[in-house]
Amino acid sequence: MSERTSRIGAAFDKARADGRALLVGCMPAGYPTVEGSIAAMKAMISAGVDVIEVEIPYSDPMMDGPVIQRASEIALAGGVRTRDTVRIIEAVAATGAPVVTMTYWNPVERYGVDAFARDLAAAGGTGLVTPDLIPEEAGEWLAASDAHGLDRTFLVAPSSTDERLAMTAAHCRGFVYATAIMGVTGARAQTSQAAPTLVSRLREVTDLPVGVGLGVGTGAQAATVAGYADAVIVGSALIRCLLDAPDEAAGLAALRALSAELAEGVRHPDR
Amino acid sequence: MSADAAKTEVPAQFPDAAGHFGTFGGRFVPEALVAALDELANAHQAAMADEVFRDEFAGLLRDYAGTPSLLYEARRFSAQVGARVLLKREDLNHTGAHKVRNVLGQALLTRRMGKRRVIAETGAGQHGVATATAAALFDLECVVYMGQVDTERQALNVARMRMLGATVVPVTTGSRTLKDAMNEAMRDWVANVDETHYLIGTAAGPHPFPALVRDFVRGIGDEARAQCLDLTGGLPDAVTACVGGGSNALGIFHAFTDDPQVRLYGFEAGGEGMDTGRHAASITGGSTGVLHGTRTFVLQDADGQTQESHSISAGLDYPGVGPEHAWLHDTGRATYQPVTDAEAMAAFELLCRTEGIIPAIESAHALAGTLAIAPKLTAELGRPPTIVVNLSGRGDKDVHTAGEYFGILDKE
Repeated sequence: MSERTSRIGAAFDKARADGRALLVGCMPAGYPTVEGSIAAMKAMISAGVDVIEVEIPYSDPMMDGPVIQRASEIALAGGVRTRDTVRIIEAVAATGAPVVTMTYWNPVERYGVDAFARDLAAAGGTGLVTPDLIPEEAGEWLAASDAHGLDRTFLVAPSSTDERLAMTAAHCRGFVYATAIMGVTGARAQTSQAAPTLVSRLREVTDLPVGVGLGVGTGAQAATVAGYADAVIVGSALIRCLLDAPDEAAGLAALRALSAELAEGVRHPDR
Repeated sequence: MSADAAKTEVPAQFPDAAGHFGTFGGRFVPEALVAALDELANAHQAAMADEVFRDEFAGLLRDYAGTPSLLYEARRFSAQVGARVLLKREDLNHTGAHKVRNVLGQALLTRRMGKRRVIAETGAGQHGVATATAAALFDLECVVYMGQVDTERQALNVARMRMLGATVVPVTTGSRTLKDAMNEAMRDWVANVDETHYLIGTAAGPHPFPALVRDFVRGIGDEARAQCLDLTGGLPDAVTACVGGGSNALGIFHAFTDDPQVRLYGFEAGGEGMDTGRHAASITGGSTGVLHGTRTFVLQDADGQTQESHSISAGLDYPGVGPEHAWLHDTGRATYQPVTDAEAMAAFELLCRTEGIIPAIESAHALAGTLAIAPKLTAELGRPPTIVVNLSGRGDKDVHTAGEYFGILDKE
């Protein structure tokens, strides 16, 4: 936790006041194309997604399951660059919706950590979710995010010790990302049994909002997770709408429909 | 090279507690794996301090793997090199390479941690076969991830693994080669970490893997140093090895890092030549980055996307390198140079013809590099140098590749 104001904090405050969770929808930058990904993200927002998580495609996404792997491969094969991601973030942030960025660490390190933070802040991004960066290795990012006023979200997992939960949350600003299961991204038939326990363990050590991701794909699952989390994070199920569609229009229609279903779910938390 | 100056920079204990070798190494992993990595680091430290564990490991290496491997003076090859060449015959170990040392050590650790399942990544299949071997010996379930391109190229090794009772999973994502097999093994590990040990094949990956793999293979250098003293009455002028991920090189370097008069040379896969861009020389031709959980030298583009590596040697065909090598390069303690496919194959042929030893193509890179540095060392020392070469593996697995390269296979 830091004295600095979180860029995404107001959105959480408002959702809390409304008695619901935020819906965070994830899409790889440049999938299926740069313009196509901007269109997809805007469609998600218009259908009720509160926060867009833009994932920077990476050649070796070791936390991601088959859906995000495939979408990332398509984006990279299409030639998307890190600077395109910054442009996408700018275009989506212009809608007024908060835009967080998820990225493996190497693309940021290669861009230059401070330069990336500067450009991300200028584009209107709220901060970074870093799936393969733990606070112990994050010295440069802690400094750059402070310097440019960005949020930082590290992940916690069911296997995290209490000490690590406290330490990790203490280095977050904005929200903490709780991975619901031990595994990689991808929608699953059942919601996690481990997630509610992990979230209540987190509540013991932090007042920050908690987002829960990994495995959520339906409105009913979103409602379940919204019952104990401050944000429900959905990736693979949304991306699959585009991957499985025969054409772009059908993909966007499916994406809007699922976004609306999930948005309904987070507005009716199972409590 | 200023070996004397370099020595003063080498602290007693490396890596540090968090796995850093200078600015390299560390842990760039999902938080979900941290608990398992901590457990492994603790088990590794406790095992290394435990005499019973050390005795059991030493007994397995002696009675099962067939070590200490010979240090053989290759006189006819030496005459061609213009140096006194001593070959560390890791090719004679059970399973045909230095890798058996690492898998036996990690299999013992797996049992010590109470885990029943091991997973591994493999490129050409050598580490997969070695892991399947240890899993059979220790009665562990074994799953090996292998890029689909490699399962097709190396069908015999796939069959070997299956004979030994392992499940081989072809990986169809990304470039369908070693790096993608490593990603898939990591994904399996995140999902099954409670009962599974990831038996990584080289001195790379997140802490504590680089240190623990080094500790399990460092017997190569300990043996070679004592054998060289016995045989020649002194230390060698240079020690050479090939470097892919770099476990065989670290294994032989480590006993000599405190001997400043011993030059250390690592030879990377220069593929079709550094200027073609088609190579696997991460130190010579790459840049600092993060790959597979560690900060090291990586072949990458301007955006930090990993680039595909190229080498005639599947075992060196990896776009990263162990972080301790990155650090040995940075401090100047070891020197890294590329060796092309053509240079390696010429040395391969030379060893076959002069010594009646068919080396692994990986090890042929060390032989070629030795040929290249010998004249320079002779000039520097004013006499022919004594060079210990790590002959890390045997060439049986490479007969098809080499046969095609030399055009000596009968047409069907």
